[in-house]
Amino acid sequence: MSSPVLSVKNISKSFGGIRAVRDVSLAVQPGEILGLIGPNGSGKSTLFNCILGQLQPDSGEVQFQGKPMSGLRPSALSRMGIGRTFQQLSVFPQLSVLENVILAGQEHKGSMLSRLLGKPDVGLTAEADQMIDFFRLTHLRNNPAGAMSYGQQKLLDAAMAFMSEPKLVLLDEPAGGVNPTMLGQLRDRLATFNREHQTTFVVIEHNMEFVMSLCHRVIVLAEGEIIAQGTPEEVRANQTVINAYLGG
Amino acid sequence: MNFFSWKCLGWVLLLAVLIIAPIGRGGYIISVLSLWLVYSIAAMGLNLTLGYAGQISLAQASFMAIGAYVSALLSMAGWPWLTTVPFSLLAAFVVGILLGYPALRVQGHYLAFVTLAFNTLVFLVLRNEDWLTGGIYGLSGMPRPNFSLFGFTLFDATQNLHFYYFILLLTVISALALWGIVRSPWGRAFKALRENPIRAESLGLDTRRITLLAFAIGSAYGGLSGAIMSPLVQFIDPASFTFAQSLRILLMVVVGGIGSFFGPFLGAAMAIILPEFMRFTDKYYLIIYALAVIIVLIFSPKGLWGMVENAGARIATWRKARATS
Repeated sequence: MSSPVLSVKNISKSFGGIRAVRDVSLAVQPGEILGLIGPNGSGKSTLFNCILGQLQPDSGEVQFQGKPMSGLRPSALSRMGIGRTFQQLSVFPQLSVLENVILAGQEHKGSMLSRLLGKPDVGLTAEADQMIDFFRLTHLRNNPAGAMSYGQQKLLDAAMAFMSEPKLVLLDEPAGGVNPTMLGQLRDRLATFNREHQTTFVVIEHNMEFVMSLCHRVIVLAEGEIIAQGTPEEVRANQTVINAYLGG
Repeated sequence: MNFFSWKCLGWVLLLAVLIIAPIGRGGYIISVLSLWLVYSIAAMGLNLTLGYAGQISLAQASFMAIGAYVSALLSMAGWPWLTTVPFSLLAAFVVGILLGYPALRVQGHYLAFVTLAFNTLVFLVLRNEDWLTGGIYGLSGMPRPNFSLFGFTLFDATQNLHFYYFILLLTVISALALWGIVRSPWGRAFKALRENPIRAESLGLDTRRITLLAFAIGSAYGGLSGAIMSPLVQFIDPASFTFAQSLRILLMVVVGGIGSFFGPFLGAAMAIILPEFMRFTDKYYLIIYALAVIIVLIFSPKGLWGMVENAGARIATWRKARATS
């Protein structure tokens, strides 16, 4: 087995007397789509924030391609090849769709000075158009991002996360609030991107259908601990998971 | 004729008006127009910091002061004015970076108060350190620049009209430079900082560096404005650069149209030229001016440039309707 893209080793995080994450370890292989599921308060978001350095874990370590990630700023993580999307809408509403996508890639091209003196689009228009087309947003290319529907903005959010050609993308509830039609489109685009580019995904999501149809492997958290992991079919059949989360 | 051609024609016409406007006018009108251009440069800078990058600053007048005093002191020490300008710009740029540091920790109202305090600090230094700044009496008698080439006078800035054209040239250069910045990836980064700094950082933008740059470049424009004001007015004192003056520049940006490229020119025209032209109303001119500002902001929160854009959109809709009927 090749070395993991992301390694989380014995992460624990407490808030006062509440232990949000307890000694969690996981490894994500190149090209894998890993789903993180669990009931509210299970520690998914805390673990996500510990991985992305937005929370300092009490103990444990996070490594990206064997290098420690702790203490790095989000911009440094992005330059290392880690992309992310947010639970809330995170596009730039007054910029056009094209400008949003170019912006997502521009900091990875050339130096600060070359970005001032060079072409306004940093030579990214063709690449951005491809990405916009991939996410089926070409008809909205020149519209302000803020004028699009919620689902379209979620698609744009994903397009932006992929523009810097990341090796790992962490998706925080990408399906939240998206209508079923748009959801299918989003899932299809993510799966296709993963297949074509071998980009590794870690997905936090509540929508079971979305997770089970997109992810290669699923980890279930409850009360800050991993209670089960395996293929979507294995997790769906796991009695502990059914009792703690899925019900039925 | 496409949109781009209309825009180019608009630029040329505007420039032509600015060239023709002072011809045959008295010294007073030329001085008012010159002051308008000087404040337009300061407002352009604040518009970059506040309008494009979303970082509130109530200290633009203090950067004008830094530029004005650096230029005045060097000019009075015998330096040709043109050689003093880079130092004015550099001083304002460096101090702008320093003022930008609090913006990395505080935002909104808190940042506004930090910059307000900075403006007051600069005012107090100018007033109290009279060994350097002349204290409340200020500095006077700064020579105006005179540009000659092989004995031929290009600009005789002792003449108001010549100096006006020289300021116009500097304004056009400043505006083109700013146009280049806001159209570049830096401009896009400034807007990203304004709209969603957390997302911007996650996309690889170094928001700390962008914040400091927004303050530094905006402040440098303030410095340039002050450096021009020094020989224009030939008298500077601390009272010219108070917090009230910073608020006046903020008013220019807001009334003109915050975050719009042409807004600062319109806002500065409203704040500098309009009150002067309303003087025929005697004691009512400031009341009329204040009412005009209130009316503009009520009916067009995007300022005067927002009105221009709305009018443009209506004309476009009307032309489309006429073409289809």
